[in-house]
Amino acid sequence: MTSNGKLRIVHYLNQFFGQIGGEEMAGTTPRVQPGPVGPGLALQQALGNSAEVVATIICGDNYVADNLEQASREILALISEQNADALVAGPAFNAGRYGVACGIVGQAAARELGMPVITGMYVENPGAELYRKDIYIIATEDSARGMKDAVGVMVKLLMKLIRQEKVGSPEEEGYLPRGIRFNSFAEENGAKRAVNMLLAKLKGEPFTTELPMPDFDRVTPNPPLENLSKAKIALVTSGGIVPKGNPDRIESSSASKYGKYSLEGLSDLTSETHETAHGGYDPVYANQDPDRVLPLDVVRDLVKEGVIGELHPYHYATVGNGTSVANAAKYGAAIAADLKAAGVDAVILTST
Amino acid sequence: MCTVVPISLTVGANRIVPAVAIPHPLGNPELPCDEEKLLRRALVEKALKALQTEVEGQTIFE
Repeated sequence: MTSNGKLRIVHYLNQFFGQIGGEEMAGTTPRVQPGPVGPGLALQQALGNSAEVVATIICGDNYVADNLEQASREILALISEQNADALVAGPAFNAGRYGVACGIVGQAAARELGMPVITGMYVENPGAELYRKDIYIIATEDSARGMKDAVGVMVKLLMKLIRQEKVGSPEEEGYLPRGIRFNSFAEENGAKRAVNMLLAKLKGEPFTTELPMPDFDRVTPNPPLENLSKAKIALVTSGGIVPKGNPDRIESSSASKYGKYSLEGLSDLTSETHETAHGGYDPVYANQDPDRVLPLDVVRDLVKEGVIGELHPYHYATVGNGTSVANAAKYGAAIAADLKAAGVDAVILTST
Repeated sequence: MCTVVPISLTVGANRIVPAVAIPHPLGNPELPCDEEKLLRRALVEKALKALQTEVEGQTIFE
């Protein structure tokens, strides 16, 4: 509690929402600012008079993503100094690294400090899949357009958690299902409900399953390459490496396409020939030397030395920044079909 | 080859080689050019080794 009897809330933000800067500041180490910052103002408004955002902890997305455990320990230490009653993280919408950060920080705060935690993400955010079992993640829209709605729903559930009131189902409260089961009484017995569902399914009518099957995207691993010195290898990246000028105008976020580019006559990617179209990481290093994302120089050396049989004469690139999983899967399938048709044996896929 | 391994695990990749950092997965701008290329070569060689290794399920090649 604060001296005037309000609950103490700590808010976690990334460098962007924390108003420190964009991708160039994504390496920022964790820091504390007193009071609310940025989206914290909307949070404070939704909390009203019963609770106060006493501090905002801001950390760069890359700092967390590159040092998951260390960063979460450092952030946890800062949270515990605040003597807080609860933690709000984000919302992160569809920002992948930010979602992972909100998830790992929230998980640590819930586990080690035992405090109520709430965050918000778009359902396709990788952080959602990773942490939905551990903490309450409110389902949000995919961009900050959804801020106001998200904060309202987050606060409503957070207050229930703080007051230890009964939490309703994911549909009632707006959080992503955590895989927790409760006993409840039904009007009809299981056999009857199951047969009714089956009849509805046979008639093509809508029905609601009582046990959704997990949607694991698992692929049976392919057998290993047997003879690398005879193999044809291809390079594919979601890091946005494209010929200088980005001829296909691949979008810097939410890419609507992928590109296929000739590597003929190139033994090294340079700032003269290539650049990155990706808007989700600081492009300075990739633009200086695109081999840092698409390792053409060493692959050419390995072909010359006979380690690798040959390199497929094209590389494929898209931008994996807020790109929907459905679209990414579609590009992946099209690229794979093209590679198979060209007799490619194996792919090195690099992501940023 | 990726920096945020948990994301690669979530999307179902089977052979995963952890990389250097998000803005430069296969490089390190703090190294001199020749050393940076050696680092990149070592990572690509690790990926090639992964491709030649039988795996039962998702495997991280540290």
